[in-house]
This record gives sequence, C-alpha cells and structure tokens, in this order.
Amino acid sequence: MATAAVAEPSRAGPLIEVRALNKRYPAQRGRPVIALEDINFNIGEGEFLTVVGPSGCGKTTLLKVLAGLVPASSGTMLLSGSPIEGPRRDVGIVFQNAVLLPWRNVMQNTMLPVEVQGLDRGKYAARAQGLIEMVGLSGFEDKYPFELSGGMQQRNSIVRALVNDPAVLLMDEPFGALDAMTRESMNVELQRIWMEAKKTVFFITHSIAEAVFLGDRVVVMTPRPGRIAEIYDVDIPRPRTLDVMATPEFVNTVQSIRRHFDAKGHLD
Amino acid sequence: MAVVEAPPRSAFAMSRRARGRVVAIGSSVALFVVLMLAWQFGLRAFNIPTYLVPVPTKVLERLVQGFNGGTFMMHSAVTLQEIVVGWVVGSALGILLGILIAQYSFIDTMLYPYVVALNALPKVAVAPLLVVWFGQGFVSKIIVTALVAFFPLLVNVTVGLKSSDPEQLELMRSLTASRWQTFTKVQILNALPNIFAGLEIAIVLAVVGAIVAEFVGSEEGIGYYIQLSIALVDPAGMFAMFVILAVISWLLNQLVRQVARRVVFWQRQNVIVESA
Repeated sequence: MATAAVAEPSRAGPLIEVRALNKRYPAQRGRPVIALEDINFNIGEGEFLTVVGPSGCGKTTLLKVLAGLVPASSGTMLLSGSPIEGPRRDVGIVFQNAVLLPWRNVMQNTMLPVEVQGLDRGKYAARAQGLIEMVGLSGFEDKYPFELSGGMQQRNSIVRALVNDPAVLLMDEPFGALDAMTRESMNVELQRIWMEAKKTVFFITHSIAEAVFLGDRVVVMTPRPGRIAEIYDVDIPRPRTLDVMATPEFVNTVQSIRRHFDAKGHLD
Repeated sequence: MAVVEAPPRSAFAMSRRARGRVVAIGSSVALFVVLMLAWQFGLRAFNIPTYLVPVPTKVLERLVQGFNGGTFMMHSAVTLQEIVVGWVVGSALGILLGILIAQYSFIDTMLYPYVVALNALPKVAVAPLLVVWFGQGFVSKIIVTALVAFFPLLVNVTVGLKSSDPEQLELMRSLTASRWQTFTKVQILNALPNIFAGLEIAIVLAVVGAIVAEFVGSEEGIGYYIQLSIALVDPAGMFAMFVILAVISWLLNQLVRQVARRVVFWQRQNVIVESA
C-alpha cells in the first residue's frame, strides 16, 4: 500500500516542524491567557496527523498559527524548511464551515484560489474538474451552495483547498456540523481522497473516534493551558473501513486517549 | 456516500400556491373596482362638490384628454427624467462615498459627523435655496433629487460592506488575497442586497424630491402641473397627476425589484435595511 511508505516520517524528513511554540492572548486585566504552551511535533511528508482535544484546548488556535492567520508568541514553525510568518500559498485550509461564496457555483468556488493567486486558469480548470470528480461532485459543477447538502458543501471546500496543489492541508473540524451518519461516510471519503491526492493532512477534531479512524498519528491535547499530552501511533492498515472501529486495536487506542480527559473531568 | 438533492416541491403544492396567488390578485382587482364604484357614487350620495373631489370617470376622461393633447406626456417626461437622473447620480455618489467610508477608517472618522448632521436635515427644506441658486430648470431638480437619493445608498452600502462575513474574509486572507481582490470578490458582492434595498428606498424619496423641487419653482413637470391645477380649480387634472405619479413610482420600484431578484439570486431571505 502506498501509505506504508508514507507513514514513515523520518525517512524524508518532516514537512512541518513545530518547536517550543507558545501562544498567549493579552487579557483585558490580569495575566494573559495561555492558549498554547510548549508545543512540539513534526508532520511527515504525506502523513495524516490528527489532533484531538476538548473545546478550549487550543487546537483551533494551533491550526490558525500553522496557517499563518494568527501570529505565534514564541517558538519556531517550519514548512518545507521555511518559517511560517503569514498566510502561504502552499497551505490549503478547510474550515469548520464550508465558507463557500454563495454567488459562486461549485466550479467557481473551486477556482477561487486559482483566480486570487493569478495561476493559469486553463491548466487549473482541468485539475479542478478532476478533483470535483474525485470527491463525487461531478454533475454539480454549476450548482450554487444553496442547492447543495452540508456534506456536498464541505466536499466543495475540500477541492477548493486542494486545487492549487498545496503542500499541506489544514482541516479544522470540517465535519463537525454534519450529522453522525454523513460524518462517518465523509471520514471514509476523506481517507480515500487523501490516499489518492497523496497530501499531508493536519486534521483537528473533538471526536476521539474520528481522530483514531483517520490518523497515522493522533496528537492528544489538554486544555488550560493548551498542551500536548501525548502522541499515539495508529498502526491500523489502510484503507480502513468503518468496521475497524470494532477491532481491539481501535477500541484500545480510543480508550487510552479517553483516559486523558476522564482523569481531568473532561468528557468528550 | 449517496448524493442527495433537495426534494422537488410536489406538483400539488405548486398548484395550490399558484391558485392562492391568482385568488389574491383577483381580490386586489375586485377591491379596486369596489373602491372606484364607492367613490363614483358616494360623492353624489353625500353631495360632495366636484370642484373639491372629482369623480373617477372625470379623472379618467382628463387622463385620456391630457395624453391625447401631448401635455401630460411632456410634463410626465420632464419629471420622470428628473427622478431617474437624480436617482442615478445620487445613488452613484452614495455608493462611492459609502465604499470610501467602509474601506478607510480615516475617511469614516473625518466625515461621519457631517454625514449624520446632513442626514438629520430634511433635504427638501433646502429645495427653495437650491432653486434660488440653480434656477427654475432641470439642474436644481436634479440636485434636490440626487440629495435625497444619496443618503439611503451611503448608509446601506456602508452597513453592507462593514457586515462582511468574517469567515469569508479569513478565507480570503488565507488565500493571500490582496485588499482589492477581497473587496471585488467578497465584500462588494456581500453588500449587493443592501445596495438594492437602498436603491428601493431612494427611488421613493427621489419621486418626493422631484415633486417638491417642482413645487418650489418650475415651469414644467408633474409638480408644476399640480400647482397649476390648484390655481385653475381643476381637481380632475390634479388627480390625473396623482395617478401618473403612482404609476411612475410603481414601475420604477418594480424595475429595481426585478433587477435585484436576478442579480442577487442567491439571497432569498430578508435583508436588514437601514432607512435613512
């Protein structure tokens, strides 16, 4: 399987390196709020890294800092060896909400990054078409967001994030707003898309099951201040089906992760 | 995963809705007929003199007569021109300044007190002065009409631009979009429903502006003719002008609405409107 080679981050060197990252927000009065404290991790080329933690553990802040949307207070972050200092064109983001522009259809929303970044429209239109087919939206190219279901909207936002071929895909609880059944099928879909697109993915969720199902590794974060409690390897072979959720390996990993939150009284 | 499209409305529901609409329009027409009949025969029943209120048939007669002679067409054309030119000029300036205020906080801070003060002033109050300055002709009418059309656009554009969806703005930032790209691809489109709401308010005010300016001093136009018909004790002529004004206002309002429906096709819910 293609992923077996890819799941070995040390071989090619990390794509993303985060060292001693801190993020503090100044408070109106009193001490500043510590959102992230001493965050260290790597993401290997082609790796699917998931981050799980309860609300308020700083995981969304971590994504925004990695995306260059929010400045770090201290620490270093490297993407392909160069420091992250602001929004970058080699980063694709899938937000919690699909954030599609309502006056653009599926194809036009997909092409937004191409237009903004002044890329060759003809060349990328073909790529967009291929991606739209890959996520199962063919036939819907000229439909507008209000004509799409929630799951379809989020697929649209995924192809938009992929269209300019970024080095890494940052995903912020992209399926959090979907119903449980749609969410599970989107997880299977995302795994397939990831295996086909061969992208590096940084995926945030507050669902432990989702994190274990999707991740090569799972970063567990705990709140106040936002810290990495532990990083788990998930060695379940790919492609994973929803049936793996019943295997002892899956169940054991989920339970070990849950213990981090039980002990502190945070039930997910 | 199964791809699900929104279920089409059933044919039955559609036909019920269509039938309801036909009934409503029919009732509206019936109401008109009843009112006209009541008006026609009520005047006679209560002995109201026709130099105060003309009967509908007389008004109709006057309309036919006036349009056949060409006078009504001439006066209507003058006023329609004043309304449309003033409305377009005032709206364009309102949109332009609204954009500047929304985009540059410096301009916002500098001009805001003046905008509030000017907006609080009833614009028609300055109409006499403008007629003195710019004469009885077209120019003074355009200025008054543009002035009243200006503020609804200014306010609505500013509100529309400032209420841009923060998530969309963050998306544009993450794509490394320039300020201009964010403006043209997101902000101005987000403000379109507000712009059309402003245009709708402005058209009503533009009609008022043109008529008031004509009252103050003019030699042609619907406002001029209304004053003339007072002097000549010609209530039928005056009511004929009311009818023409109502038709003009309704047509322009429909025009704005139809254009808005096509341009802002993604928006079906109501827009929060700032009336100026």
